[in-house]
Order: sequence, then C-alpha cells, then structure tokens
Amino acid sequence: MTRTLEKTTTPEAPSLAHRLRALLFGRSAAIIALLVVVWIIASVSVENFNTPNTLYFLILDVFPVLLIALPMTFIIITGEIDLSVASMVGLSSVTIGALFQAGVPVPVAIVIALIVGLAGGAVNGFLVTTIGLPSLAVTIGSLALYRGIAVGILGTTAITGFPEMFGDLVKDRLFGRGTAIPGILIVFIVLAIIAIVLLHATSIGRSTYAIGLNKEASLFSGIDAGRLKFWFFVASGVVSALAGAFWTLRYDSARGDNAMGLELVVVAAVLVGGVSIFGGRGSLVGVIAGVLVIGALRSALRLADVSSDVINVATGLLLVVSVIVPSIISAVTGFAERRRAAAAAS
Amino acid sequence: MSPATSRLTTLLKRRETSVALAVIVVIVIATLFNSNFTFGSDGFRNLLLTPSILVLLAIAQAVVVITRNIDLSVSAILGLSAYATGRMFTDWPGAPTILVILLGVLLGTALGIINGLLVSVAKVPALVITLGTLYIYRGIDIAWAGSTRINASDLPRDFTSIGTGSLFGIPWLTVIALVAFAVLAYYLGYSRSGRDLYAIGSNPDAAKLYGLPVARRVFSTFVISGTLSGVAGVMYAARYATVSATAGSGMELDSVAAAVIGGVAIFGGSGTVLGAALGAVLLSTIDRALPTVGIQDFWQQAVVGALIIGAIVLDRVLYVRNQKALARERQTPSGDREGARS
Repeated sequence: MTRTLEKTTTPEAPSLAHRLRALLFGRSAAIIALLVVVWIIASVSVENFNTPNTLYFLILDVFPVLLIALPMTFIIITGEIDLSVASMVGLSSVTIGALFQAGVPVPVAIVIALIVGLAGGAVNGFLVTTIGLPSLAVTIGSLALYRGIAVGILGTTAITGFPEMFGDLVKDRLFGRGTAIPGILIVFIVLAIIAIVLLHATSIGRSTYAIGLNKEASLFSGIDAGRLKFWFFVASGVVSALAGAFWTLRYDSARGDNAMGLELVVVAAVLVGGVSIFGGRGSLVGVIAGVLVIGALRSALRLADVSSDVINVATGLLLVVSVIVPSIISAVTGFAERRRAAAAAS
Repeated sequence: MSPATSRLTTLLKRRETSVALAVIVVIVIATLFNSNFTFGSDGFRNLLLTPSILVLLAIAQAVVVITRNIDLSVSAILGLSAYATGRMFTDWPGAPTILVILLGVLLGTALGIINGLLVSVAKVPALVITLGTLYIYRGIDIAWAGSTRINASDLPRDFTSIGTGSLFGIPWLTVIALVAFAVLAYYLGYSRSGRDLYAIGSNPDAAKLYGLPVARRVFSTFVISGTLSGVAGVMYAARYATVSATAGSGMELDSVAAAVIGGVAIFGGSGTVLGAALGAVLLSTIDRALPTVGIQDFWQQAVVGALIIGAIVLDRVLYVRNQKALARERQTPSGDREGARS
C-alpha cells in the first residue's frame, strides 16, 4: 500500500549510484567523518583519551543529551523547537526527590516523574498545536515555568541519600569493571532503534519530513500535522523526565537547578548533527554522531586540562562553523550552477 | 460610539496599557504588604533603578525580534562588556572614565557586528547563530576573567557614582535607559528605515521584492542590539561595582520574555519598544515584589513562565477575535466601520 503510494509520488526512483553518492557525501556522512577525525586527533594528542574509562565517562556524560536529542530531532524536523527540555529534567529530578523524601519508593517516584513529563509535554503540545502558538515562544515560557516550579518546590536544598542500588543501576558497567560500556546505554539503544525505524522507515517519518518541508502541502495530502507534533512534544516531555531520573540517580542529588542550560547543548548537538532549523532535513544517525562529536570534543579538552570555559567557546565555534560551512558551500555551488546554466543558455 | 470614547477603548485595548496596569497593580499590592516597597528610603529609587538594565536588553531584543530574528547573545555581550570595562580600569590606572565607557560600549557594538555579519551573510537563522555566539562570547568572558572578579575598590569613584547617583531624583541609569528608549522609539515609529523593520518582519520575501535592503537592515538591528547590550554591560559594572564572569547569565531569556510579554510577536512584524520596556519593568518589579508579599523568590521564575504563556495565549485570542470581527465586517458592507475597527 505505502509502496504504491511512494511509487506514484516520486516520479523516478533514485538510481543506486545517486543513493550511494548521497550516502557517501551526505550530511550524516560528513558528521561521522568529523567524529572520526575528532576521535583520531584526540587519541593521538590527548593522553588517556582512548581508554575504556574515558569512553565510559563520556557515555555517562552525554547520556541525557543522547536521550533528549531523539525527540528533539523529530520536533526540529517538523519545524518546531522545544526549549523546555532541561527544565523538565529539573522538574523530574525534584519530583523524584520530593516523593522519595515523603517515603515513596524510588521506582514509583520515577513512574510519577514520567507522568509529570508526559503532562508537561502535553501542555507544550496543546499550546503549539491546538491553540496554534509558536513553539519558540511557548517553550521559552514553559522553560521558565517548569524550572520555576522545580526551584520553587525545593528551593536551594538538594535531596540525597537514594538507595545505593539505584545509583549502581545507572552506573554499572556491562561485562564487569574495566570495560567501557555502562549498562544504562541499553535504554538508549532501544529508544534509538525505535526512533530510527519510526523516522526513516515508516509513514510517520515521511509525514514528519513532509510537515517540515511544506506545511500546506502536507495538510493537503491528508497528514494530521497537529496530532503528530502533539505526540512529539509529549515524547519530548517523557524522555526529558527519564533523563531527569538518570541525572538524579547518577549524582545522587535531586535539585531544582539540575541540568540548567542543557537545552542549548541538545539543540546545538542536533544542529551540528545536520538537522536544519528550518525543518524538513536531517537524520538520526547524523544527530547521534553530532552528540558524540560534541561529547568527544568536550571530553578530550577536559582531559587536556583545558578550562570548561574554553570548552564552551569550542562548542559554540563548532555550532557556528557547522551551520555556516554547508550554507557557504551551497551558495558557492548554486552560484557555479547558475553560471553554467547561463553559459548553456547563451 | 463617539470618537473620544472609541479612542479611549483603543487605548485601553492596547497591550502597553494592560502591561502598565499590571505593573501598577503589582506595585500597589507590594506596597500594601510593606509600605517601604514604594515609600521606604530606597523604595522609589529601586522601583526606577532595578528594571533599567533589563529594559535596555528588552528594547534591543524587540528591535531584532520585530524583523523576525532573535538575539540570544545579548546576555553574553552584557557580561563581556561589563568585565572589559572593569578590567580596563584595573589594568590601565588613570584612564579617562569617559574613554573606558566608550570602549566598553564599542565592544558591544563590535560583537553585534559579528552577529550581524554571520546572520546576514551566511543566511542561517539568527536563533542558531546567536546560540553559537552566546556560547562563544560567554566562554571568552569566563576564560578571560577566570575566577577573578572586579571589585568596587578597583573602580574609580566617578565611574561608580554613575551607578549610584541621580539627576533631579532620577537615577542616572534610569536616565540612560530612558534616552536609549526614546531614541529607539523614535527610530522604529517615525524613521523610514525603522518602519522598514516592520515590513521585513511581516513578510521578508515581499520586503525584498519591494526593494527594501533586507540584509542591511537586519545587520543593523544586530549592531543596535550589540551596542545596547554593551551599554547595559557598562551600566552593570557601574551599578553593582563587582563584576564576575557570570554577570548577566540567563538574561537572554528574560529579555525575550519581556519583549513577548510586552506584545512583541515572536514571528516578527508587530510590537513596540514601549511594550518591551514595560514588559521588562513588570518582570523586574515582580521579582522584587515576591519576597515583599511573603512568597519565596524561588517562585519568581514560575511566575515569569506563567506570564509569558499567558501573554502569548492572550495575543492569539485577540488575533482570532479580530479576524472574526473583520470577517463579519466584510459580510455587512454597510456596517459601522468605525465601530468594528478595534
């Protein structure tokens, strides 16, 4: 059914050579190449970079960003944005902390935090899709609102002393000590596979790109853009709450200001990963590579004893360069093509 | 409806009026709880002084947002200018105060030029560019300052007196903010190039087809924004007299919030600097009023968030009502046009 639909909408199927070229020289391939380059340079020049321990901490550090980047990719591809994710991490953390303090078992507290994330995402989704408000403004508002509630509930106090087994659960390595991979990574791998299949192999994914490329055309072709976007915001809320649970247990600390500013890191990683802020373009493989590029860069610089501030400059430069270079390249090739076309016409 | 009453209802319906009323309500409530809020020895002064710096950032943001762009780096420019100003005084004893102030402001201008060039040349959305420069500028600031801070004793008396002194009872910083406000309000309201900004924001493609210099105008808004953020940075140094590398952190969102609350549409084309300035006054006044009325100021951000969401929902509701009224008017051609216009 979908196959015939695809046939009728694409006038000619892309040739194998064309597909291969897209795969080799596409944006995702460029990010992966960048990741490899950063990794090689870091391994050669930074002592102890390529050790299991570094990799282990790198994964733990980028874990919340990896998680949240998944729904963020869907949202930005539809041409929207969710800036409230880090505030939801904080709110989820406070929810777990306050409930734990009141004697609620941690797993129950986590489930309630996920429900809070679902509700927060639904509020964003409702305001953006049903009321029709710009998501940038809505989520700047809910960024302040959710963070404000989190900080309001706990003030500057931190709740600690979670049972050790939960901390171990999120920090334990697969296959014993000395290896690199934290077991919690399985959670991400499962979610990432679901997201990749959803975005790159289903009609939901095709609709997601269609909404971002041309909102009106997608409406005419019968895509319920509002409903899709609503669920993406809900997913974003739930996944952010999950990241909040991880954050709380990893650091054994529930605080209102946990993950402050993380929204910018996530958005930067998604954009470095090749997703266009205009919508309609990008891939999850590129995004995951983008998160890892930023993670590897920051981890390598930290190991090299570069101050965290210079690391921020490097992150910002990477973001600016990664969006400017493709735009300059397309401007140059566009110019060359126009000249060639003009020469051919005359 | 007589022209006078219709003019009155238009005035009452304006966003600026409702935000101004909200400011007055907050002040009255806080004063009822504690009369010192307004009538204390520093009460009135603080009412004017506290919002001044945010007002500068908010009107800067408004100018950029009206063209359908955004400048997230304002807070980092503020921080860098503030630290540079303090640093010039410590590293360069005997420097003329006015020159240091000028250089501090010019640093803001230079950073704004970088933003403007990146946005208008690379044709990448300002949200992305200024998110990047937010990191870069703040990072440079922190790398330069480290954990050191500028203290009041490092600064010359005639500089800090700008932060504490006043002109006819109005604090100098408020006077500076008012002057900047007046210039921008005139520019946006009455000058040809200022009006262009609205045209660009409502429909960039149409503005380009019409022959407006879109890239140049957008570039200039970032220069204005950088310059005003530089002024805000110098004012920050003068007012607080201690400057660390984190000065102004997070104020980028406050400035957007103030503009949005004041009725500047995030997708460009409408809004005034008066609204943005009043939005900034409302935010800073609430911030100061919360502890007075017995609410811990931890809740301040939640109030801000609720206000932003309330403001944009209100915009939407008014817009939909307006569209309906226009549709009705079209259906009854002989209708009372004066009455239907609102």
